Amino acid sequence: MSQENIQDSLLRFMTCGSVDDGKSTLIGRLLFDTKTILTDTLTQIEKTSKKRGMTAVDLSLITDGLQAEREQGITIDVAYRYFSTGSRKYIIADAPGHEQYTRNMVTAASTAHLAIILIDARKGVLTQTRRHSFLAKLVGIPHIVVAINKMDLIDYDESKYKAICESYKAFAKEIKLSENRTIEFVPMSALNGDMIVDRGESMNWYQGPTLLDILEKTTADYAGKDKNFRFPVQFVCRPHASDDHDLHDFRGFMGRVESGSISVGEEITVLPSQYKSKVKSIQLGDTQLQKAISEQSVTILLEDEIDISRGDMIIKSNDAKEPTKNINAMVCWLSETPMASSRTYLIRHTSRESKAKFDKIDFKVNIETLLHESISNLNMNDIAQVTFKLAQPIMADSYQNNRSTGAFIIIDESTYHTVGAGMIA
Amino acid sequence: MTTLSNLTHLDWLESEAIHILREVAGQCSNPVLLFSGGKDSLCLLRLAEKAFRPGRFPFPLLHIDTGHNYDEVIQFRDLRAKELNERLIVRSVEDSMKRGTVVLKTPDEPRNKHQSVTLLEAIAEFEFDCCIGGARRDEEKARAKERIMSFRDEFGQWDPKNQRPELWNLYNAKVHKGENIRAFPISNWTEMDVWQYIEREKLGLPSIYFAHKRPIVRRGGAIVPITPLTPKKDHEVVEEIMVRYRTVGDITCTAPVESIADSVEKIIIETASTTITERGATRLDDQTSDASMEQRKKEGYF
Repeated sequence: MSQENIQDSLLRFMTCGSVDDGKSTLIGRLLFDTKTILTDTLTQIEKTSKKRGMTAVDLSLITDGLQAEREQGITIDVAYRYFSTGSRKYIIADAPGHEQYTRNMVTAASTAHLAIILIDARKGVLTQTRRHSFLAKLVGIPHIVVAINKMDLIDYDESKYKAICESYKAFAKEIKLSENRTIEFVPMSALNGDMIVDRGESMNWYQGPTLLDILEKTTADYAGKDKNFRFPVQFVCRPHASDDHDLHDFRGFMGRVESGSISVGEEITVLPSQYKSKVKSIQLGDTQLQKAISEQSVTILLEDEIDISRGDMIIKSNDAKEPTKNINAMVCWLSETPMASSRTYLIRHTSRESKAKFDKIDFKVNIETLLHESISNLNMNDIAQVTFKLAQPIMADSYQNNRSTGAFIIIDESTYHTVGAGMIA
Repeated sequence: MTTLSNLTHLDWLESEAIHILREVAGQCSNPVLLFSGGKDSLCLLRLAEKAFRPGRFPFPLLHIDTGHNYDEVIQFRDLRAKELNERLIVRSVEDSMKRGTVVLKTPDEPRNKHQSVTLLEAIAEFEFDCCIGGARRDEEKARAKERIMSFRDEFGQWDPKNQRPELWNLYNAKVHKGENIRAFPISNWTEMDVWQYIEREKLGLPSIYFAHKRPIVRRGGAIVPITPLTPKKDHEVVEEIMVRYRTVGDITCTAPVESIADSVEKIIIETASTTITERGATRLDDQTSDASMEQRKKEGYF
C-alpha cells in the first residue's frame, strides 16, 4: 500500500475559543472520555475542585496552566496535549483566548490540520467567531469544525442550533471560507459529555457524527499540499575522516521531504546553483528506500559530486523554478517591540536564512471588521501584507500552494527573538 | 530495497525528531546531547544515529551524574557510548559539592534539583550553545507549554513569558554568548510512543526497567526501594516484591512500580492499562508542590 502522507496516523488540531465558551471543559472532556486522564491526575483535580468550592469535578482543570498563569489569572501560552484512539494519535494545540490572542492562535494554527471553532449556543456567532475563522483561513487550516457548545443551557433546542449553523454559513460564504476547505457542524455539551465522544441521550434529533467521529475520519492534510518535490538541505554528511575507507567519498544530503516525493533514478536540480544530477540512493538509517514521500526525513545521495550546502534546495529537474529576492507576504507581527521599517531583519525560510528589509506595507487587515486599513508600522498581533527585499535569494512557493516552502519567520538581528511570521502570496 | 508500507505515527514522530536534531546541528555551533542511560535518552541516541550516520554525531554526549544512580544504569550508559563510538562527557554533582557550588541541606537529600548547578557549570566549561534533551510535553504540565527549542538566559533560567513563538517547523536556535537553547526532539512523544519505539527499534535498556525482585518498604503510598542511600526506618517492614522502574534517576527520589512485566511487549500492555501517570508513580520530588517542576525549570533544570 502506498501513502502520499505519513501523517494519516496522526492528526493535529487546535481549539479556538475562550474559557467562557467551555474550551477547557471541551479539552478536558475529550481527554477524560478517551481515557487519557489517569487516576492521580484526576485525584489532583478533585482536590483542587473541592478547594475551590465546587461540588462536581471540574474537567477544565485538566488544562489548568502554570503557577505564574494562575497567579496572574491569565493564560500565557499555547499548550500541547496528547491522546490516542485505537486508530490514530492526536496532538491538540490549546491556544489561550485572552491577550496576545492572534499571535498564539497563528502559532497553534501553523501546524494544525483541523480547527475546532467553539460557539456558545446562548450567544451564537460573535466577533471572536469571525476572527477565529478568518485566522484559520489565513493560516490555511483545511478542516473546520464549528462546535456549538452549551446546548444544555438552551434546552438542547434543535431550531436554535440550526439558526446558528445558518448564520455561520452566511458568514463563511462572505469570507469564502469553504474554498478548499471542509466545514462541519456539531451540537454539544462539553459539560455533560454529549456528542463529544459519546452521543448522550439529549440530542436524538441530531443524526450527524460526534466530534470524535469527525476527528477520526478527517484526512491529515494541509491546505494546498503541493505535489511538487521540495527538499531543503539541512545538513551535509561527509564522513571523510572516518576509519572506513569506503566512506571517504560519501556525500549525503540530509533533510526532510517538505512536499511531493522522490524516487531513486530521478533527475534533480539544486537551487540556487541550478546544478543537475540524478538520485543515486535514498537512505533512512540503515534502510535503503526506493522512494521518499512528504514529511519523511531522509538522506539523499546523488550520482555526481556536486557542491551542495545547508540552505540549498533540491527539486525535480522537470519542475522549473527560479529563486527570488523579492517577496510579498501576509505577515503576523509577534513581538511586543513594533517593527522598525528602517531596520534590517533576518528571515528564516526552510533551512535558509537571509537578511531582509521591508519595502512597503500594502495594507493591514482589521481582524474585527476584516476590512483593509493603511498603516505605516506593525505592532504586535497586526496582520498585514508586506513586501520585502532579500539579500539572498530564496526558493519561495506561495503559501496557498505549499505550507512549508511558503512560510517564513522573521528574526530580530540584535535580540535574536522571533518577531514575525510570514506567508508568501 | 524497501518499498513503502504502512507508515505509522512512530514514523512521523521519528521523522520530526530527526528534523529537529538536524536543525540543531545546522544552526548551533557547539551543541551537546544529554544522555543519562534512561529510556528517553536512549531513544534520542537511536534518532541521532538515523539523523547523522554514517557520519559521527555532530555533538558529544553529556551526563550530569548525581552520584545517586544505580550501577547498572551507569554501566549501560558507558557501554552504549562505547558501542556508538561517541564521546561521553561526565560531570558530577559531587564535584560541584566539593567546589562548594552545590550545598546540601541534609547529606542524603535528593540531588535531582542540584543537577541544574552542575549542568550550568558544564555548559560554561565547554561553552555549549545548545543542550539536546529527552523531555516530553506529556510528562508534566510545566512541560506542556515547553517549546521544542526552549530559550534559557545567561543564568540558565526558563522564563515562560519570554519564549520565542514557534511556528510550522521553523526553529530559531540563535543565541548570544552565554545564553543557550534546550532542544527537545521528542517533545510530542508520550510514554506509550517511547515504549512502542523501543519495541520497534529493538533498543536495549538497563535491566531495572524490567520486572525484578527488590527489597522495598511502603511509605506514604509510594514504594521505596531499600538501598544504602535509602535505608528502612525503624518501624518499617521490608518486603521483597517484583517491581520495575518507569523512569530512572536519583535513587533517593525515584520509586519503582509493582510489576511482573519482564519484556518490552509486556510493559507496553501494562502502560496501556496503567491508571497512574509516569511522574505520579515514580517521582517522589514532584509531589511536594503543585508547581515543583515549573520552579525547578526556572532555576535552570532540564
